[in-house]
Amino acid sequence: MQASETKAIEVTDLTVAYQDQPVLWDVDLDVPPGVLLSIVGPNGAGKTTLIKAILGLVRPAAGNVLIYGKSYEAQRRIVGYVPQRGSVDWDFPTNVLDVVMMGRYGALGWVRRPGKQERELAMNALEKVGMEAYTNRQISQLSGGQQQRVFLARALVQDATVYLMDEPFQGVDATTERAIVTLLQEFREKGKTVVVVHHDLQTVTDYFDWVMLLNIRRIASGPVDETFTPENLRTTYGGRVAFMTK
Amino acid sequence: MQGHLDIQLIAIVTAVACALPGVFLVLRRMTLMSDAISHAILPGIVLAFFFTESLSSPLLILAAAGTGVLTVVFVELLQRTKLVKEDAAIGLTFPALFSIGVILISRFAGNVHLDMDAVLLGELAYAPLNRLNVFGYDLGPVSVYVMGTILLLNLAFILLFYKELKLATFDASLAATLGFAPTLIHYGLMTLVSVTTVGAFDAVGSILVVALIAGPPATAYLITDRLSLMLTLSAVIGSVNAVSGYWLAYLFDVSIAGAIATMTLLVFGLVFLVVPNRGLIAIARRRTRQKWEFAQTMLVIHLFNHERLPEAEAESEIAHLHEHLRWDPTFATQVVKYALNNRCVSQEETLLTLTERGRTVAQQALVQ
Repeated sequence: MQASETKAIEVTDLTVAYQDQPVLWDVDLDVPPGVLLSIVGPNGAGKTTLIKAILGLVRPAAGNVLIYGKSYEAQRRIVGYVPQRGSVDWDFPTNVLDVVMMGRYGALGWVRRPGKQERELAMNALEKVGMEAYTNRQISQLSGGQQQRVFLARALVQDATVYLMDEPFQGVDATTERAIVTLLQEFREKGKTVVVVHHDLQTVTDYFDWVMLLNIRRIASGPVDETFTPENLRTTYGGRVAFMTK
Repeated sequence: MQGHLDIQLIAIVTAVACALPGVFLVLRRMTLMSDAISHAILPGIVLAFFFTESLSSPLLILAAAGTGVLTVVFVELLQRTKLVKEDAAIGLTFPALFSIGVILISRFAGNVHLDMDAVLLGELAYAPLNRLNVFGYDLGPVSVYVMGTILLLNLAFILLFYKELKLATFDASLAATLGFAPTLIHYGLMTLVSVTTVGAFDAVGSILVVALIAGPPATAYLITDRLSLMLTLSAVIGSVNAVSGYWLAYLFDVSIAGAIATMTLLVFGLVFLVVPNRGLIAIARRRTRQKWEFAQTMLVIHLFNHERLPEAEAESEIAHLHEHLRWDPTFATQVVKYALNNRCVSQEETLLTLTERGRTVAQQALVQ
C-alpha cells in the first residue's frame, strides 16, 4: 500500500471491451512521479482508450486505476486532460481566451463564473504558449497548430500535477511541436507527470524519458533506453516497423 | 385593439422562450430533436387528460414533458445500438409515439375537444380567449402566464448554468473529467426543451414550435461568434419574426402560426444573403475580388520574371498576353485595367511596365 502512494498513476489489470471485442486486455501500468511518458502502438492499439479509462470517460470491464494512491474521482482536481484536437467543434461561437478559461471551471465548481483572476491566469498561459496575440480571436479562425496550443494553454491553467494528452503533436507545424516539447520539459522540471499518446516513433527518445508500448495488451513499459528496443517494437507492431530507431 | 396586443404578446413570449434553449440545440446539432419532442408529447397529453379530464390541468404539461424526455431516451437508446443513426432513430421514434396519441384520441376521446388541427397548427387567434380571472379581474390571457413562467424558467436555467452548458456543449469529455456530469446537463436541457415545447405547442402548435426553436438561433449563428450575443440575438430575432409574422397574417388574413413560420424563413434568408463576411453576397464579392487579385498577381509575376531581359518588350505587350498566358483578350484587357487602377503596372502605348508597387506585389507573392 505504501508503495502505490508514491506512484503518480497506477493501472492494474485494466480490461476494456466493446461487447466481446477487447480494446485493452489486462493492462498494468506504473508511472512514477515526474516522468514524461509516451504511449506508442499501432492504430487500434487502445492508446486513447487507456487514457480515457484512466480519466473515467470509459467504463472498464475490469481493473483499477489509482492517481497518487486514490481514485480518479478523488483526484480530479490534480489531473489535467488534453483531448484530441478533432474531438471538439471549432465552429463553436467562442474565442481563444474563453476556451482557455474553461481549464479553470473545475476549480470554480458549479454555477460560479470565471472572473478577473481566471482571465489573468488564462492570459499568462496564452503567453507561455505564444498565443497572446490571439486572445480575442474566434476559435474557428485558428490553424491546427494554434488550436493545439490553445488546448495546451487550457491544460496549463488547470495547474494539474498529472497530465494526460491525446496526440498533442498530431498535424501541428514545427514551431508548435517545439513549443509543446519545451512545455513538457518545463512540466517535468516542476515534478509534474505527463502521459502522452504519441505516434511518431522517431522522436520518442528525444522527447520522452519513459515509454509504454501498447497493442491491446501491454508489451513493455519503463525508461526509454531500456524499453524502447527493436525487439519490443517488433512485438508491438508485429514486424511492421520498417526503420530502426537506435 | 386589445386582441392585437394580446396575440403579439403571446407570440413574443413564446418565441423568446423557445429561442433560448434552441441556441443550445442548434450548437449541439439536435434541432430535429425538438421536432420529435413536439410530436411525441401527444400521448402524454392524452393520457394525462384521461386522468384529469381537464385540458387546463398543469399535470398535462408535466406528463407531456415526461413523454418528451422519454422520446430523447428512446432515440438515444436506439442510437446506442449502433444499428441506426441518429436521424433514423428520431424518424422511428416520434411518429410511433405521435401515432399512439392519435389512436388514443380517435378511440377514446372522439367526443372531446382534442382537435388534430389545433395540435399541429395551433391557433394563436384563439389563445387570448382563455383568460386568467382572479376575483373577477381580467389579468390577461392564460397563455402569457404559462409561457412567461416557462421563459423565466429557461432564463434562470441558462443564467445559472451558463458556464456548464457552454463547456458541456463545446467539449463534453472535458466537462466529464472536470466533474460536470454532461449527461445530467444534457437531460436538464432536454427537460427544458420538453416543457417549453409543451407550453408553446398549446399556444402555437407543433410546427411553429420547431420554427421558433430552430430558426432564430440558426439566424443568430450567422451573425455572431459569441455565445452570449447569440442568445440575445436569438431572442430579438424570435420577437421580430413573431411580430412581423402576426402583421403578415393580419394583412393577408391567413394563419398566424403559418405566417410566423414563413417570416422565420424569410428573415433567415435575408440574413443569409446580406450578413457581412459569411453572407452569400459577401462570399460572391470576395470570390470576384479574389479572382481579379489573383489574375493581377499572375500578370505582375509574369512581367517581373521577364523584366530587364532581352524578351521583356515582347512579353509586356498587352496584345501578347492572351497568347502567352492563354488569356481571353477581353479578360486580359480587364486584368490590365484592374492592375492599372491598382497602380501595379503603368502603360506606355501598348507596353506594360511594373511600378514599384507591382514589383513588391510580385516579390511578396513569390516568397509565399
